[in-house]
Amino acid sequence: MPRTRTPVVAGWFSGEGDDFRLLGTRCTRCASVFFPREDSRCRNPGCAGDDLEEIPLSRRGHVWSYTDSRYRPPSPYVTDAELPWEPYALIAVELESERMVVLGQAVPGVTVADLAVGMEVEVVPGVLGEDAETTWTTWFWRPTGVRA
Amino acid sequence: MTTEVAVLGVGMHPWGKWGRGFVEYGVVAARAALADAGLDWRDIGSIVGADTVRGGYPGYVAGATFAKALGWQGARVTSVYAACASGAQAIDAARGQILAGLSDVVLVVGADAAPKGFFRPAGGDRPDDPDWLRFRVLGATNPTYFGLYARRRMAVHGDTAEDFAQVKVKNSAMGALNRYARYRKRVTADEVAASAVVSDPLRLLDICATSDGGAALVLSSLEFARRHGAADPVRIRAVSTVTPRYPHTVLDLPDIATDSAAAMEPAGQAFRASIATAAYEEAGIGPEDISLAEVYDLSTALELQWYEDLALCAQGDGAKLLREGVTALGGRVPVNVSGGLASFGEAVPAQALAQVCEVTWQLRGRAGERQVADARVGITANQGLFGHGSAVVAVR
Repeated sequence: MPRTRTPVVAGWFSGEGDDFRLLGTRCTRCASVFFPREDSRCRNPGCAGDDLEEIPLSRRGHVWSYTDSRYRPPSPYVTDAELPWEPYALIAVELESERMVVLGQAVPGVTVADLAVGMEVEVVPGVLGEDAETTWTTWFWRPTGVRA
Repeated sequence: MTTEVAVLGVGMHPWGKWGRGFVEYGVVAARAALADAGLDWRDIGSIVGADTVRGGYPGYVAGATFAKALGWQGARVTSVYAACASGAQAIDAARGQILAGLSDVVLVVGADAAPKGFFRPAGGDRPDDPDWLRFRVLGATNPTYFGLYARRRMAVHGDTAEDFAQVKVKNSAMGALNRYARYRKRVTADEVAASAVVSDPLRLLDICATSDGGAALVLSSLEFARRHGAADPVRIRAVSTVTPRYPHTVLDLPDIATDSAAAMEPAGQAFRASIATAAYEEAGIGPEDISLAEVYDLSTALELQWYEDLALCAQGDGAKLLREGVTALGGRVPVNVSGGLASFGEAVPAQALAQVCEVTWQLRGRAGERQVADARVGITANQGLFGHGSAVVAVR
């Protein structure tokens, strides 16, 4: 039976290929942007807005900083304890128009040696992991010079 | 009207991995603080516990847990939790009761028994909990955030891995002199460089461990202190427990993203600097008045960040301050003469109290080989998960 593709968190991203985007929300009163999304009320203390609309975040940004996980993270991160641990890089990305920093894993194969602060990256769809019924999808950051 | 409270007694249980429950560490620390104050537990009108999330239900009601273990005597009870800032919150709660005239003398206790390895969130599927999400979606342990901050400093300020290692060298030399520290061996820069990378660019010896430990304070009104014969006690002059201001534009544990500054320009200082500023303003002093500081060196690189956020130097000059020896024992503003978290490992609810224990010993001139000459004013600083500021100014 084929596995169902399910986002690891509902409503945080959508689309395929070049149309893939992180999804945030924007207050219709003060234009504050939120990721992770706020759907009930605006968190700007000077705004009483409670109407927020979904917006796609910028596809590209620049590396604010980066690091990696050389040791296996604990649960609820899902890993196969039978397999050797493969470190992955984490990238914090500054989105210019949203003026915010969003964290994400780097695409598999990109290591800290491939990264530099200020480098341009883009968001791409990825697979966080699989279990018997489900392929859990996520977002990855990928340097714009790299094609997977 | 005075806003000061007296530190009548301080006490600690040594940090380590002792394999026992947090209650025992807290009770040992509490009894030591009571003995230091020259008071019987039955003299205490109020107890404030700093909670632990790792001890089951007794950990969530730490004030009552410690009160029962010490023997019920009817004291008013308070339990507080603010992650790494729990100790400062407990001090603030005690201070508020004293200054409001609700209690003359308050016992403050925090203790933890830490598991091996990375801290992890509470169990269950909780997709509305940012702390659960960062592990589930990103596998982002605490050291990965420390790695991000360290790499950012290297890129923006030109800090090097060698600078970070020198923080460990400095702090381990102090910890070697502290009988309450878990690690009492001097560490060389070569040993730091030879330790395994945990989260690039940080290595095992750049990152603080998680420890068992307990710390306690006996706080009182100045009037109670005088009646008790403590004419010139160490006094807490300020406690800063501020939260960030929107938009909070620094990526903080456990968040996956910062606030957006697209619709609202960030005003004033960034969060960590605002924690220190609130403490300085409340105490009516400035960074030039500081004799010593105890800061949260969760990583070596974070200690350098605190130099800047405490305004001991300009932003970006933290490594320069370290290289010049300003923050070493004998320097102008020694930092983490206790040995810091580098030598203790973090025992979350006890750590901010332990910082105040060290400052108290220093201000009393009773810190032995670690003594800072002519110490008059000490500041502690830390930041708790989910937006908790924590800083205490003590004077003598």
